[in-house]
Amino acid sequence: MAVLLLAEVTGGALQMDATAKSVTAVKDLGEVTLLCAGAEAAEAASQAATIDGVAKVLCAEDAQYGHRLAEPTAALIVSLAGDYSHIVAPATTDAKNILPRVAALLDVMVITDVSGVVDADTFERPVYAGNALQTVKSRDATKVLSIRTSTFDAAGTGSSAPVENIGPAEAPSLSEWVEDHVAASDRPDLTSASIVVSGGRGVGSEEDFKIIEALADKLGAAVGASRAAVDSGYAPNDWQVGQTGKVVAPDLYIACGISGAIQHLAGMKDSKVIVAINKDEEAPIFQVADYGLVADLFEAIPELTEKV
Amino acid sequence: MKVLVPVKRVIDYNVKVRVKGDGSGVDLANVKMSMNPFDEIAVEEAVRMKEAGTVDEVIAVSIGVKQSQETLRTALAMGADRAILIVAADDVHQDIEPLAVAKLLKAVVDAEQPGLVICGKQAIDNDMNATGQMLAALLGWSQATFASKIDVEGEQALVKREVDGGMQTIRVKLPAVISTDLRLNEPRYASLPNIMKAKKKPLDEKTPEDYGVDVSPRLEVVKTTEPPERQAGIRVGSVDELVDKLKNEAGVL
Ligand SMILES: Cc1cc2nc3c(=O)[nH]c(=O)nc-3n(C[C@H](O)[C@H](O)[C@H](O)COP(=O)(O)OP(=O)(O)OC[C@H]3O[C@@H](n4cnc5c(N)ncnc54)[C@H](O)[C@@H]3O)c2cc1C
Ligand SMILES: Nc1ncnc2c1ncn2[C@@H]1O[C@H](COP(=O)(O)O)[C@@H](O)[C@H]1O
Repeated sequence: MAVLLLAEVTGGALQMDATAKSVTAVKDLGEVTLLCAGAEAAEAASQAATIDGVAKVLCAEDAQYGHRLAEPTAALIVSLAGDYSHIVAPATTDAKNILPRVAALLDVMVITDVSGVVDADTFERPVYAGNALQTVKSRDATKVLSIRTSTFDAAGTGSSAPVENIGPAEAPSLSEWVEDHVAASDRPDLTSASIVVSGGRGVGSEEDFKIIEALADKLGAAVGASRAAVDSGYAPNDWQVGQTGKVVAPDLYIACGISGAIQHLAGMKDSKVIVAINKDEEAPIFQVADYGLVADLFEAIPELTEKV
Repeated sequence: MKVLVPVKRVIDYNVKVRVKGDGSGVDLANVKMSMNPFDEIAVEEAVRMKEAGTVDEVIAVSIGVKQSQETLRTALAMGADRAILIVAADDVHQDIEPLAVAKLLKAVVDAEQPGLVICGKQAIDNDMNATGQMLAALLGWSQATFASKIDVEGEQALVKREVDGGMQTIRVKLPAVISTDLRLNEPRYASLPNIMKAKKKPLDEKTPEDYGVDVSPRLEVVKTTEPPERQAGIRVGSVDELVDKLKNEAGVL
């Protein structure tokens, strides 16, 4: 058995955390080959080669892989698929876009958001916003899986696997990149940060979200948000934590002005320590919080920022 | 141009899910069911395109139990022109996998020749986030997932997508499959007169056999369990107490 793992490469850079966590999830299933694809991927490939448990790295550099469009990357993976029993990627928006396309081209099911590997055919995944855990056994010859990285520890580094350059695969030109709207930030990445401070509708405005950001910056934390905060324009979409946003499991999650809807809990309830600050003592968020503070966030957050 | 909108009947997002004690699944008997929220957004978008004159006909399709008729009636009341129900299960607990759904949708696309399929990004029951991408693959079409803005421009569509790093805009050739994200629009409520009118709109009933598609599952559900519950914590009385607990008890600061 052998595993092909699509490394997370954005703008030529390897997303080490997501990739190394996925390696941990699948390394017992067989020899792991990492695929780094991008307009530029050589640097990512040499970095990926250091991840413990990786046997080989394939580097596919070509302009068509530059903006993570699904069609060419799926075609590339399908062209390599014959050699592998498992095709895997971290469950990022890129992989969610690409892997189901790969699976359908191979006429197999995709198993998304895998949170546990039982054996080579059997996997555990959350369903119903994490209200249930399902164990599924695949009857397909090739298993196509995306990995919920928040449930696995990152593999170490220090190895030096061989890197092999490969040519592009043929793919019809169906879509074209136009532009990215990415806000640069010095804060840690939301999905790998050890502390996350999140704000909800209770924060009330984009302006007042600065209170949340100030606490985050004092703690060296990432900033998250509820759907209501994003929908209301207080926070950008990529801060959304939840069933249909990002899934995080930091050491400390501080929820401010968030009621604790099931769709939000789905994205953060595996955090080690949860703090809730809410003025409504009945808010459901308190049922999952290790430390609950019933308070007005406009008083409590600045005070907390000052005292930590 | 015709637009096809696949809509799934799922447990209502407000209902508290109950896992059955014997590990066989989630209890869906006598539970409120609704249209998957992302599919409401998809229907809304298609209906707006029709209202804007870019689209001539909106066809809603659902695959599942007979009761999915209700979901299709909702789509018709929102403004879809006609509906197709593919009865592929007789037990509400039987979920049809994305691969099988995609194959059935491909057969419908072959028959109807739409210029666009708009589906939801994710069904909130199985949380798969797969069907649209699979359909695009089977058709050999372009795909634009997680859309938060769609502009149809002749033979192409400009789509703004919600991605991990922020937003990405791509241009796809039509025909294409587009999946909706939360910020694409705010779906309308069906008005009473429109609900009445929807009862008279055509709703065709089919089976997977009509399309020659095998829907037998590839994944066997071995068991369904409840996730570990979090222990309820404590209330703190002040910010000082909170800081003290985080430093000295939890050790996270
Ligand atoms: C298909 C679907 C997908 C969804 N996906 C997600 C998702 O991924 N992530 C997500 O978060 N949600 C998601 N939701 C939305 C979810 O159901 C809730 O609507 C949302 O999480 C509510 O956000 P909130 O807690 O910020 O707002 P509210 O529920 O309005 O809560 C605001 C809270 O702020 C408190 N508050 C107000 N003022 C103050 C103050 N001054 N000081 C202290 N506290 C204050 C209030 O007491 C209240 O508890 C989804 C919903 C659907 C239907
Ligand atoms: N049984 C179904 N009937 C109709 N549409 C479906 C069905 N299953 C999935 N879909 C469509 O595919 C989208 C994604 O579903 P999924 O891949 O299951 O998360 C949904 O939002 C629907 O638009």
